[in-house]
Amino acid sequence: MMAGVTQRLRAVWHARNLEFVRDRSTLLFTLLLPLMLVVAMGFMFGGKDRPLFKIGVLATSIDKQAHPFLRERYVEFVPIASQAEGIQKVTHQQIDLLLDLHGTPRYWVNTDSPKGYITEKLLLASAAGAQREPVTGAAVRYVDYLFPGILGMNMMFSCLFGVGYVVLRYRKSGFLKRLHATPLTAFEFLTAQVLSRLALILFVTAVLYAGIGAIIHFHSAGSLLLLLLVAVLGALSMVALGLTIAARFSSEELVGGLLNLLTWPMMLLSGIWFSLEGSPPWVRWIAGIFPLTHVLDAARAIMLDGAGMAQIAQHLIYLAVTAVAFLALGAWSFRWRYD
Amino acid sequence: MSEPILEVRNLVKQYPSVKAVDGLSLAVPEGICFGLLGPNGAGKTTTIEIMEGILDATSGEVRYRGAPLDQRFREEAGILFQKTALQDFLTVRQSITMFRGLYQRGLDVDEVIRLCALEKLAERDNRKLSGGQQQRLLLAIALVNDPALLFLDEPTTGLDPQARRNFWELIQSIKARKRTLILTTHYMDEAELLCDEIAIMDRGRIVAQGPPRRLLHEHFAEVMLELPKQDFPASARNLPLRIIDSVERVEITTDDLDTTLRILLDAQVPLSNLRIRPANLEDLFLELTGKELRA
Repeated sequence: MMAGVTQRLRAVWHARNLEFVRDRSTLLFTLLLPLMLVVAMGFMFGGKDRPLFKIGVLATSIDKQAHPFLRERYVEFVPIASQAEGIQKVTHQQIDLLLDLHGTPRYWVNTDSPKGYITEKLLLASAAGAQREPVTGAAVRYVDYLFPGILGMNMMFSCLFGVGYVVLRYRKSGFLKRLHATPLTAFEFLTAQVLSRLALILFVTAVLYAGIGAIIHFHSAGSLLLLLLVAVLGALSMVALGLTIAARFSSEELVGGLLNLLTWPMMLLSGIWFSLEGSPPWVRWIAGIFPLTHVLDAARAIMLDGAGMAQIAQHLIYLAVTAVAFLALGAWSFRWRYD
Repeated sequence: MSEPILEVRNLVKQYPSVKAVDGLSLAVPEGICFGLLGPNGAGKTTTIEIMEGILDATSGEVRYRGAPLDQRFREEAGILFQKTALQDFLTVRQSITMFRGLYQRGLDVDEVIRLCALEKLAERDNRKLSGGQQQRLLLAIALVNDPALLFLDEPTTGLDPQARRNFWELIQSIKARKRTLILTTHYMDEAELLCDEIAIMDRGRIVAQGPPRRLLHEHFAEVMLELPKQDFPASARNLPLRIIDSVERVEITTDDLDTTLRILLDAQVPLSNLRIRPANLEDLFLELTGKELRA
């Protein structure tokens, strides 16, 4: 019984792999697009120097009358909502200093940052008694922040469109109907598709990680094995989501529209391009629904902050639960025929 | 008589606007080629798809070797649909191998390739096959599990005459292996050549069933007279004759050729283009349904 299931799964999985690998144009596109994006983004945003000093102020808005230092020229002051967020930005050198002007002025400075050193001197010139809170941490370039985003975006498109359109094509061509006439079950077919796509996504993502990582000189702060676990669960969740969309419908327009309806909000709200910290709570709530948000938050926590299993457990659980839920929904609503 | 390999009881398939199958029952004995004939829209594809277990009936049942269709049936049945696309970028051999992997038991891939005369095409991309070659590949896929029961749904539709003849030879070689075949077709020559027993369907029902020779003998003790439509005046339609209209000709069945010819001559119907022949399955169909088969 089990041997039969394994044999059928392997047959469908192997044939799907062959089909994908031989489709050279799609394979090339899958590899080249994210590479081109990262290189372009690296050129656009990866410059080492910023034109201004940037100082975060713990406040909802900047009131220049609150302190003489806030009237300094050539310094950009940005409001920061929470202390934790501000300290993280100082640690990653995304801002040069964090300032708290409530009561006795306090400031956080990154002792590894040359610009932190200069802005500290500037601050002390007008706020000599300010309390110093030193932090350390290497600079996180925008390209470093973007890198997990690009990998995640590529994974999302590959998961959703790759699987969704393949199943739709199989249904329209009558191939699914032919498979239905064999001992293969819907669950076996879907599992083979998920595993085939998972293998391809992991391979492509690993190639991209190594290739782009070498180009932009990126080194993950955390465990690569943990990162692999995030990639596996994230891909499973998103492939299953794509299968759920394609499980029932036969119209390319409808499935295309539904997939776009999913990918665009994910593109904008999952934090591919910029952090959602500081955005309204409802935006973050919506973003929290998308599997990609959890993939990126977990991946960045590992890659940039060196987070361990405990810190990203909530993301892993969310991805695992959604993967199972989407796959079950897809298998339940699966339709072999094109009507 | 032994238990039928496949039995259909009171099958009904109701779509929102049409009843495609209307209380159909039949039994297929093991080891024969059974033909399901009928015009387009007669319900034969719906019927065969229910028999194949890929379409649910509204009511009624299909039994394989006395049991409802189950995993055993899927393991032992082979199916050739009217139209099937395969996975892109796979060769003939890889397509067959993939399907072979879906069954517990079956033939060796090389044996299937040889059986369907695909040796020279084995490494070719399956999208680069002609219509006849494609159909041979689909037949090979239908044979990978060495099926006890093989469904062939209009297998030669769209093939050129030579490809059709080649395909018939293949089917005859499968018949020689004592397999049971269920064939739908609207080509009467195909049915006459291949089928041991036929059922003629119309409007979701079986209107006649039995061996082709016996059915012809039962329905036609007569000969057929064929005349071009333009040679048959409207006034002659009132003559005491059994007249069947088809697209281009008028057909008259009779068991008294002399009298019929005299009636036609008396009515001044020109007979220079008259053709007289024995009845065939196409005549039987027209007799039973009043329809042109390939309409």
